[in-house]
Amino acid sequence: MAAVTTPLAGHHEEVDPNESYLEKKGLMSWLVTVDHKRIGVMYLAAVCVSFALGGLFALLLRLELIAKGRTIMDADTYNRMFSLHGVVMVFLFIIPSIPAALGNIFLPIQLGTKDVAFPKLNLLSLYIYVFGACFGLYSMINGGVDTGWTFYTPYSSSLKVGTTSAVIPMTLAAFVMGFSSILTGVNFIATVHKMRAPGLTWRRLSLFTWSLYATSIIQVLATPVLAITLLLLTMERFLGLGIFDPALGGDPVLYQHFFWFYSHPAVYIMIVPGMGVVSEIIATFSRREPVGYMFIAMSSLGLALLGFLVWGHHLFVAGMSEYATMVFSALTFLVAIPSGVKIFNWVATLYKGSISLESPMLWALSFIVLFTIGGLTGLFLGMLAVDVHLHDTYFVVAHFHYVMVGGTVMGFFGGLHYWWPKFTGKMYDEGPAKLGWLLVFIGFNVTFLVQFVLGSRGMPRRYYDYLPEFESFHRISTIGSWILGVGFVILLWNFIRSLTSGKKAPRNPWGSAALEWQTTTPPPVFNFVKDPVITRGPYVYHLATTEELSRD
Amino acid sequence: MIVPQTFQLPPAMSEGAPEVDWLFYAIYWFSVFFFVVITAATIYFVIKYKRKPGQKEEATIDHTKLELLWTITPVAIIVVLFHISFSAYIKNATAAEGATEIRVRGKRWAWEFEYPNGSRSPAELYLPVNTPIKLVMSSEDVLHSFYIPNFRMKRDTVPGMYTTLNFKPTVLGDAQVFCAEYCGAPKVAPGQEQQGHFSMLAMIHVVSEAEYKKQLDKMDKMPELCGDKPCTPATWGEQLFAKNGCPTCHSKDGSKGAGPSLKGVFGTMQPTNSGPQMADDNYIRESILRPQAKVVTGFENAQMPMFGGLKDPQIDALIAYIKTLK
Repeated sequence: MAAVTTPLAGHHEEVDPNESYLEKKGLMSWLVTVDHKRIGVMYLAAVCVSFALGGLFALLLRLELIAKGRTIMDADTYNRMFSLHGVVMVFLFIIPSIPAALGNIFLPIQLGTKDVAFPKLNLLSLYIYVFGACFGLYSMINGGVDTGWTFYTPYSSSLKVGTTSAVIPMTLAAFVMGFSSILTGVNFIATVHKMRAPGLTWRRLSLFTWSLYATSIIQVLATPVLAITLLLLTMERFLGLGIFDPALGGDPVLYQHFFWFYSHPAVYIMIVPGMGVVSEIIATFSRREPVGYMFIAMSSLGLALLGFLVWGHHLFVAGMSEYATMVFSALTFLVAIPSGVKIFNWVATLYKGSISLESPMLWALSFIVLFTIGGLTGLFLGMLAVDVHLHDTYFVVAHFHYVMVGGTVMGFFGGLHYWWPKFTGKMYDEGPAKLGWLLVFIGFNVTFLVQFVLGSRGMPRRYYDYLPEFESFHRISTIGSWILGVGFVILLWNFIRSLTSGKKAPRNPWGSAALEWQTTTPPPVFNFVKDPVITRGPYVYHLATTEELSRD
Repeated sequence: MIVPQTFQLPPAMSEGAPEVDWLFYAIYWFSVFFFVVITAATIYFVIKYKRKPGQKEEATIDHTKLELLWTITPVAIIVVLFHISFSAYIKNATAAEGATEIRVRGKRWAWEFEYPNGSRSPAELYLPVNTPIKLVMSSEDVLHSFYIPNFRMKRDTVPGMYTTLNFKPTVLGDAQVFCAEYCGAPKVAPGQEQQGHFSMLAMIHVVSEAEYKKQLDKMDKMPELCGDKPCTPATWGEQLFAKNGCPTCHSKDGSKGAGPSLKGVFGTMQPTNSGPQMADDNYIRESILRPQAKVVTGFENAQMPMFGGLKDPQIDALIAYIKTLK
């Protein structure tokens, strides 16, 4: 009790730091909170709504493509629909999904500290995200954009030959949300450096923390470039400043360099936290410290670094010089090394483990399998001669969905199932959770496996209609999307039921040795009743006491 | 050499394509191998090391040698992959000596080709077999990408610069061309034909040298048959109207598109930005060749491209067709 007498800057004095963080009721207690857990939960609600919206767009797209010709919408609506699917999924869902939601809730707990380094800044990040989302909503109400999430110039920037859709509010949305991302990154870096509990050395950090640390570095360094790029785009469209539009003396390929200088590292903002979650789950459900702990941790930093050097592979057929393509192809292949290191170490961790297949573990194992497909198909695209054929086809669509859905979304749902009992204080039903997982796994593969073949046979992406020879594969893909959709609905229903009528969760339902499971469920306002002193790493099962590993 | 169609790739019809296919299948089997190994190991370990009651946890021992093995082995593999794919890429990127140069122009939502003799044709390109070809490409509006799956070739066309594609067709037959860089779609009235990025297609006909010459000869002349009837200037004009993508913006039924409908226009006074104008033969000719000269009121912002590639008989035929739109 004596250990928690120091009130944290920004926290309200009247709060009893030992009561559950969910204890205080009322809307205002949420809107002005500086508690990282509450902010994380609000992020979680926001990203889940975004995911549902983006998913709805995807289902409508697939429905349109079920048969040749017009099915439910015209070409212009289809173009807006796939653009919104991309914008919503990338900027509103996947980038904040794991870091801002799960990361916010668990990073400080895993560090054994009371909150992030700058709790008020953390709340500001959330409000900036919501403010940015409002711009996006405004754009959608005004018809949305039909530029794709990439906003390629001159289509997006020229008033003469380009689109008439609501580009400016949508780019401003991404611009504003970028600041949220930067501030969260700064906050997390400071927290990891300065707020670690006594005894929590760098070598004892959780792999999830390592991955968030690497992600934060990318967010802080790359996002400003996106902000500048989108600002230049807006200035060109709004003021006629010639930067990218050749009719005004600009260079459209320059835009692609700028855009991917952010957006390729952003791919690692999306995937690296997922890898961190998987490392946690595999350790807990194999009851074993991950093999090659330092290699896994360093590979996250390796990916963060390499992510900055490979943007040019998005421009292999864009009219870039042959020598530049050579350099970018070579650098792109290097990404295979840290990715491979992670996969091999996870599989090696299973060896001689004590494995239990509860639902979080099923998501983690699917991550390994699906991310392997996503990674290996990346090799096809890194090979220049093959990429020239596959570029901008459905093969690419399938490849990045295997990485983003097969990777990040599996990691996100794995993390959600894994930590759900801790931060909600409620258990969910294992049966529907496993059924939902199975349907998502099957539906995902049915939807996207055929898209590899569509692409290698020559079907370009972003097509409203297609040649007759592609119809049967499109039909299979659409049916797969329904299975996928049903799976997610079951998961959502299961979570809602857990909140309304779930059993009370024990302190440590999975018997984990990690720090976040040692505090009470749900965690107290200051995360720990007694400030923890760390004497071992989070995965050292043979040194953990029976008391630490017990459920209650 | 005819390469049979495989499950994953369309028929290969150019000199460089079989090598790309070989690389594709090499990396495909390499990937299948690693995928099977990783998945099998995962499943095997999950079954073999299923948690048993009362099991004692073991400490993880770090195997530095193993870590180095799976860090360094991939380096060797990717060096090989990079080398073979880059060699093939450079070979395909280099123009052969004396290649036949064809100009390709992309504009929404059609491709236009210009042969060395100056003849132009929309949507269809005839190429002589076993002759090295160099496409010199540009775009008149936004980004497009000229994609020929049968040749395993693709390159963006960029406004304000030239890009090139080099290849040698080796198989007689038709090769589909797609636009692979997203370029939008027009808003159309309900019930009208949908157009856009997805409809920006063209067909390459790989033909014998003799057939190629024959096609070039008759390129700008009126064909003998339009459908199953002998051509008249008006029916040929109707064909040209469709081929050049005119219906994208100009309807025949009076409905307003990106440009004015042409129904009943001929021989009437039209309000334009340089005063009222009689829509006679000369005005229509001028509107085809220099669309911005006199723009009909209400369409000042429409960006109709210039169709300077049309020859006189073709313009005559288009005018003859427009006269029939009543």
